[in-house]
Amino acid sequence: MKKLLDLLNDNAEFTTAQLAVMLGISEQEVKKQIEDYKANGIIRGTKTLINWDRLPDSGVRAIIELKVTPKPETGFDDIAKIVMSYDNVENVYLAASNSYDLIAMVHGSTIQDIAEFVSKRLSTLDSVIGTATNFVLTTYKQGGICFTDDGEEEEQRSLVL
Amino acid sequence: MDYSCLLNQKIQNLKPSGIRRFFDIANEMDHVISLSIGEPDFTTPWHVRQEGIESLRRGKTWYSPNRGFAELRSQISNYFARRFDVEYDPEKEILVTVGGSEAIDLCIRAIIDNGDEVLIPQPSFVCYEPMTVMAGGTPVIIRTRSENEFRLTAQELEAAITPKTKLLILPFPNNPTGAVMRREHLEEIAKVVEKHNILVLSDEIYGELTYGRERHVSFASIKGMRERTIVVNGFSKSYAMTGWRLGYALGPEEVISQMTKLHQYAIMSAPTTAQYAAIEALKHGDADIERMREEYDTRRRLIVDGFCRMGLTCFEPEGAFYVFPSIKISGLTSEDFCEKLIYAQHVAIVPGTAFGECGEGFARVSYSYSLKHIRQALERIEIFLSEGNKA
Ligand SMILES: Cc1ncc(COP(=O)(O)O)c(C=O)c1O
Repeated sequence: MKKLLDLLNDNAEFTTAQLAVMLGISEQEVKKQIEDYKANGIIRGTKTLINWDRLPDSGVRAIIELKVTPKPETGFDDIAKIVMSYDNVENVYLAASNSYDLIAMVHGSTIQDIAEFVSKRLSTLDSVIGTATNFVLTTYKQGGICFTDDGEEEEQRSLVL
Repeated sequence: MDYSCLLNQKIQNLKPSGIRRFFDIANEMDHVISLSIGEPDFTTPWHVRQEGIESLRRGKTWYSPNRGFAELRSQISNYFARRFDVEYDPEKEILVTVGGSEAIDLCIRAIIDNGDEVLIPQPSFVCYEPMTVMAGGTPVIIRTRSENEFRLTAQELEAAITPKTKLLILPFPNNPTGAVMRREHLEEIAKVVEKHNILVLSDEIYGELTYGRERHVSFASIKGMRERTIVVNGFSKSYAMTGWRLGYALGPEEVISQMTKLHQYAIMSAPTTAQYAAIEALKHGDADIERMREEYDTRRRLIVDGFCRMGLTCFEPEGAFYVFPSIKISGLTSEDFCEKLIYAQHVAIVPGTAFGECGEGFARVSYSYSLKHIRQALERIEIFLSEGNKA
């Protein structure tokens, strides 16, 4: 039932009753499937998408590229785990790219804050051989949702008849 | 200057469409959540658009043959045989038109003489009645009922037939009610049609959008009906191609050839670019139809459930992308209900009476909108009802 995941991915606020009618199954069945997805680690949590740019003094965000020498046994996993362990790190990905290996999305209160985090915490890790920091200026879209007002679904269809 | 004595009397007497007034109110308001539009919210599938663009790139900017490109007619013929099990000769029995709308107009004008009666089940799409009047015919309205899930019954049909009856309009899957006619219902209608020797215009423009266990059954596939039926179909709804303005008529050579004459003089040929795109849609568009149909079905389930929970009962629509809830618990007329709703909660829906007087007590709600949009609209309608707009 990938459809259930599609609906939840679209909007976590659907009630189980609404999900049940849309899928044509019972509410019990919906609840059970959600439990199963959680048990299998497919559903990892539910959060609210917030456009922090709209708040004063909400800090800065950066995308950090890390060039890493993989470890003989554990590859990139060990180093990823260390990067993940910091609370100000929001997302961590392993990339297939020839310029870098790991990408981390971090937040901090100021640019200096992030620069310091990178130079003191990340660059100093012994398998990290290089970093590049990209500060985020504007978030246009995140998690499939438009963060700008002009991206709001505007009705383009004409009223005919 | 007084134009009224110079203009055609029949056209001056035609009423403007009842949908308009609500559109005008909605247009002047901010933050309106509309559930009133009668066309897909999807854009035309990209591969289809690409073929249109490619034809322009290659400089295909001329008129096309009167009846439509041979390749398109042949694809239409394949498509209809494949999906609905009726065969049409691409050379003689298919005419490509400017939307299903033109096909409806041509068909009525090709058949109707002064004083001929045209049977029009209502609630239904708004064009059949004025087109009949303009052709000199007399519209005879048959009222379909919510008890019958807005299907046309053989008894109702029989009761409306007179010696002057020439044509029956069969508007299923139905806009605005979402009603569909299953095979067994069509077979009953066919008996009456045969007995009284009349023709049928079957408007099957929503034929790909049905949600029950059974797929749409074309009236032309019912035994003996192919020779009496003109099927109107098009690309607008099934492939989300409303703006391309392309449709077609299928029928006996004798009727199609008359319609072709009118089309040739009034229109010349359907849009060229649209025809190239439509060939692609018919060749490779089955999966697109299915994807959109599934999405409409999810929305349909949500909206029907939402209305039933609020006490606005609606029978389960099995076709098109409309629900037709009863608003009778409000104690208001359809017009008043829709007008109050738009002023109080900024939600625009269309009064049932826009589709015939017998739509009184109902409203047409389109679910050709995102789930998010539908959810918001339902919440507002619920507030509206809880604020005492319920008797
Ligand atoms: C029942 C019905 N028939 C025909 C049409 C005309 O569609 P088109 O001219 O775009 O093919 C419509 C459009 O709303 C409709 O609802």
